[in-house]
Amino acid sequence: MSQSFLLDGVAVPFLPGQSVLQATLAAGRYIPHLCYHPEFRPHGSCKLCTATVQGRLVASCTTPASAELVVRSDSEELLEIRRTLVQMLFAEGNHFCPCCEKSGNCQLQALGSDLGVTTAGFRHYFPDRPVDASHPGAWIDFNRCVLCELCVRASAEVDGKSVFAIAGRGLSKRLIVNAPSGRLGDTDFAVTDKAMSVCPVGAILPKRVGFAVPIGSRRYDVRPVSAQALDDAPRLPRASDV
Amino acid sequence: MTDFPSSAAGTELETARSGELRRVAIDPLSRVEGHGKVTLLLDDEGRVQQARLHIVEFRGFEKFIQGRPYWEVPVMVQRLCGICPVSHHLAAAKACDMIVGATTLTPAAEKLRRLMHYGQILQSHALHFFHLSSPDLLFGFDSDAGRRNIVGLAAAHPELARRGVLLRKVGQEVIRMTSGKRVHGTGAIPGGVNRNLSAVERQELRGMLPDAIRWSREAVQLVRELFEQNLPLYREFATFEANTLSLVRADGAMDLYHGDLRARDATGGMLLDGADYAEYWEHILEEVKPWSYMKFPFLRRIGPEHGWYRVGPLSRVTSCDFIPTPLAEFERRAFVEFDDGCAAHATLGFHWARMIEMLHAAEVIAELVEDDDVSGTELVVRGTRAQRGVGVIEAPRGTLIHHYRVDENDMVVRANLIVSTTHNNQSMNIAIREVARRYLDGRTLTEGLLNHIEVAVRAFDPCLSCATHALGQMPLAIELLAADGSLVDRLLRH
Repeated sequence: MSQSFLLDGVAVPFLPGQSVLQATLAAGRYIPHLCYHPEFRPHGSCKLCTATVQGRLVASCTTPASAELVVRSDSEELLEIRRTLVQMLFAEGNHFCPCCEKSGNCQLQALGSDLGVTTAGFRHYFPDRPVDASHPGAWIDFNRCVLCELCVRASAEVDGKSVFAIAGRGLSKRLIVNAPSGRLGDTDFAVTDKAMSVCPVGAILPKRVGFAVPIGSRRYDVRPVSAQALDDAPRLPRASDV
Repeated sequence: MTDFPSSAAGTELETARSGELRRVAIDPLSRVEGHGKVTLLLDDEGRVQQARLHIVEFRGFEKFIQGRPYWEVPVMVQRLCGICPVSHHLAAAKACDMIVGATTLTPAAEKLRRLMHYGQILQSHALHFFHLSSPDLLFGFDSDAGRRNIVGLAAAHPELARRGVLLRKVGQEVIRMTSGKRVHGTGAIPGGVNRNLSAVERQELRGMLPDAIRWSREAVQLVRELFEQNLPLYREFATFEANTLSLVRADGAMDLYHGDLRARDATGGMLLDGADYAEYWEHILEEVKPWSYMKFPFLRRIGPEHGWYRVGPLSRVTSCDFIPTPLAEFERRAFVEFDDGCAAHATLGFHWARMIEMLHAAEVIAELVEDDDVSGTELVVRGTRAQRGVGVIEAPRGTLIHHYRVDENDMVVRANLIVSTTHNNQSMNIAIREVARRYLDGRTLTEGLLNHIEVAVRAFDPCLSCATHALGQMPLAIELLAADGSLVDRLLRH
């Protein structure tokens, strides 16, 4: 635990094998992120955790921490980049926060609020994505999927089912369900699966829950996304644990 | 028998030989939360042969909630309106109660929903009377347009304007505490509610209610005095005979949250009573006319020509047997007895009836705040799942019907919403015709004429957003066209 790198001028200790983002969160400091989840290997797809490392823009979740690094995260330039990325995610899907049951519990919405995203910024793409309600206990609203692949990773790595996958490229890239019919109801997906609970947005949801949690008690009503991320992150082990 | 009402082909409001008449268009009058217009057809002597209120906006909620889960609907459909979203929220939630088999809510859920609804009635009625209509009534329909608004009211009657703001605040606070937000909250869910009231919240409300009740009583008296001071005008302005429709409790009491359908004719004779709203299509059909996006509902047993009716405060106060709170019941009796019952049929009687309901809402809120059930913790029940749900509520503007059908995967496959303003479609058209006939000054168009038409429309408090819910004047343009279509006169007001 003697090694550290510099983040915005402050020394951040790290353990061998940690990424810049992991070490930063473990040290109680925050870099915005979306596709990163502490229980899964870094994926590097959303780019929201972009930071300047040795003068280059990189995804901090996939950049290994090392002692010589000089990392910059807190800058107006990076804030603007992150705002733009969030705007692009909102514009690419159909995100109607006012009537979305994930509102208040949605990481994308919380990031938008935290980063100061006040306008769409881009013309909305308005894709035509039907809802899959074929499963008795869960439903998928593809309109809200941000392609973080957390459900793909959870289903494969934790549930051992590979219910989800990503198909297509570019603008055609999309979440698909691993069944001949393409319907969730024709898979062995269960509401107790890790993939059920890992979605950071309102794409995969349990049925018949809706707005059961009142305004004021929702995840990001209680604490902002930055504080929640630190709560969720594994903290650095004490010296006696190492 | 289908469980969705069909549209009946109907006759026009009036028939007119348009080639021999002049057409006057008031466009935009503003519409449901947007735009509408009025057209008048005049003969060579300047007499009104036809008057139409056109709602030219298409909302489309019934279409785009298809394919969405039913539990999303109460939150989604309330976006129909920024003034009375609670009414849509609760009507949809009541429909969803049927879908999840919640035939009887827990006492806590039932009372918290009622509290939310009566908060909505209080704030909406206060907004309409103090902010929107009282300038017309206090300054005169023909008064200086620059003064005839809430700013002018605040300058001339500061205490009245202050009370209007504070009364509305009480209602908004009730809504915030029961739904999480003052506008577009999430309190009602299928089978119940998602929150209760804390002791602190109840105490906060408790402190507001004595003033709310006192000011509501004085508002009732203010409208009564206006009637007394201008009786011929108030008795006759835009007045016509109409059937009425509303929910009433099983014992005939006014109940704005739940009840059975009751319809009366213009003499008070019972046309329909104790009718289960879950099968409203047995009693109400809607007619479509080519010149408006707003349908024309009518009582099925009477037919489209004579089966139209009026909803809202005037209908509710005159149709119920009693109001189950003492102060409002006292005022109801005075209202129906006033001028041998004339006020109960006058279009401007809407204002009086609305203030009686505002008083009733304040009294109900005061009762519920003292009821420990509103702090109860049993908030949700479920039962046998159904494919269909109908929710009906008395919104501030009148009877509001939400009807949904869902598939086996919980998605909405069909929806029908009959909103309060739609029920009043024909009545507003007739009110406009009566005003135009009485006040239209031939080929000379005046601002006063425009406002007389607006005053008639405003009495119904329709959801014609700018017409009734905008500060100051709504934008208006009147064009007088000759029979050959050439422009004779034009008056613009921004």
